[in-house]
Amino acid sequence: MSEMTADIAEATDHPAAEPELAAADLLVEEVSIDGMCGVY
Amino acid sequence: MSTETRPRAGFDLDRPWQLHPQVSVRPERFGALLYHFGTRRLSFLKSPALLAVVSSLGDAPSARQACRSAGVTEADLPAYAAALATLAGSQMIRERVSS
Amino acid sequence: MTRPLALVEQFQYGLDAPICLTWELTYACNLSCVHCLSSSGRRDPRELTAAECRAVIDELERMQVFYVNIGGGEPTVRADFWDLVDYATAHHVGVKFSTNGVKITPEIARRLAASDYVDVQISLDGATEQVNDAVRGPGSYATALRAMRHLAGAGFRGFKISVVVTRHNVGQLDDFKAIADRFGAQLRLTRLRPSGRGADVWDELHPTAGQQRQLYDWLVACGEQVLTGDSFFHLAAYGEALPGLNLCGAGRVVCLIDPVGDVYACPFAIHDSFLAGNVRGPGGFAAVWRESELFAGLRRPQAGGVCHSCSAYDSCRGGCMAAKFFTGLPLDGPDPECVKGHGARALAAVAGAPAPRPSGDHSHRSNRPRPVPVSIGPRPPAGPGPSPDRPGLPPDRACDQSPLAGFRPG
Repeated sequence: MSEMTADIAEATDHPAAEPELAAADLLVEEVSIDGMCGVY
Repeated sequence: MSTETRPRAGFDLDRPWQLHPQVSVRPERFGALLYHFGTRRLSFLKSPALLAVVSSLGDAPSARQACRSAGVTEADLPAYAAALATLAGSQMIRERVSS
Repeated sequence: MTRPLALVEQFQYGLDAPICLTWELTYACNLSCVHCLSSSGRRDPRELTAAECRAVIDELERMQVFYVNIGGGEPTVRADFWDLVDYATAHHVGVKFSTNGVKITPEIARRLAASDYVDVQISLDGATEQVNDAVRGPGSYATALRAMRHLAGAGFRGFKISVVVTRHNVGQLDDFKAIADRFGAQLRLTRLRPSGRGADVWDELHPTAGQQRQLYDWLVACGEQVLTGDSFFHLAAYGEALPGLNLCGAGRVVCLIDPVGDVYACPFAIHDSFLAGNVRGPGGFAAVWRESELFAGLRRPQAGGVCHSCSAYDSCRGGCMAAKFFTGLPLDGPDPECVKGHGARALAAVAGAPAPRPSGDHSHRSNRPRPVPVSIGPRPPAGPGPSPDRPGLPPDRACDQSPLAGFRPG
């Protein structure tokens, strides 16, 4: 998968992230437990 | 990456930290999953070294020491500090009251 | 330090356990919602016993599954429901259960409010009685609102109100939010899939393209305040992705355990093509999750097929497998509700061809809207032998109309 895709995948998990948090996104991604498709 | 190890604003590497008691840690091939039963939020730790840091926080005198023991290099320390800051922000980890 | 992979890439290697999962505890239900994804109504006599359910919970604990969404049917009609919820939370498995509210008395609401590890999700498909009851049946709106009053009255903050978005309720989004705010609850909007009885009403109920855009804009404006269960990840093709993993979790991070122990990739894909195994097998649930061929296939990187060349593919990942399957579309092509319109074109191309039917139909017989096929000649004897609807599986024994007939907690 391309670099760009990785960026999109990371960026989309933090739509409100400021630029200086970009480094943290490399090692940690956070999501609500409700954020997984396939659970009604 | 910067060679300085000045802690990120808001996160103090030189304080003692711990996992929040309501957090469940599940090691994975890529690092770990952390689930906070109170906030119902999930964190993906994307490196086994970060898991080692987080797991040893409670026993280490400081977050910086936990990073060193996990083999984090000075060059990588800012990225780990930033990751710990994210975890602190979502209450996955919290400052330890020293006894 | 090498750059860590994005989550979409991590999951191609699979996880040793689901992160969370849906567990349909019973096919019995007091309602007959027209779009029911599990075609529920009548209890299946082969339901897991309470002992078997506890064994599943023990496995989930060992695997560190963080939480289960217990649904059905209507899970609270099982007499052992409350015991099973207590057993799960005592064994470190968080519970959210989905209910139409029928059993949420003030007393039950107080018990629930006292537990930190149990969440409640009330189903509601209209902000008004008229819109709701057209889908969920007469009295269902009143039942749901009564349950919400009881939960709020007991101090239960943040319970979920879960809505399946349809053509007829998409104009009520602000009103749904107002209901949630009134009861101190959190609104959850989810996608209608053509699954279960939903297959029969999808054409008339799914939002139009224009309404879909309206829904997306509204959700973006709400941010994290309104949950979606990541069910609108196909809308990421519009631009900014909604909160969530934005990928199909089926067989990768989530799955379904059904009332008879069958394990499916997801609750919207109850069909033999997505059946991974059964928890009653020798290795239990863990063996199914880790060893099933079906799941191994889902965990390999998906090529994307004809969608691969689309500029939106990296965002939408080709959309929902179940939506494609039950509208008769190929899995390596566009989602029927593809925001770029590729799905609508694909549907036109397969128009007239029969789409796969859901496996099993537990609907109340008297309410089943589909015409029954007429056959001449004696009925085949009851007993072991394949059913025409589900080759390879024994037919249901004749069930009484009452979902609780003959039920004895195990």
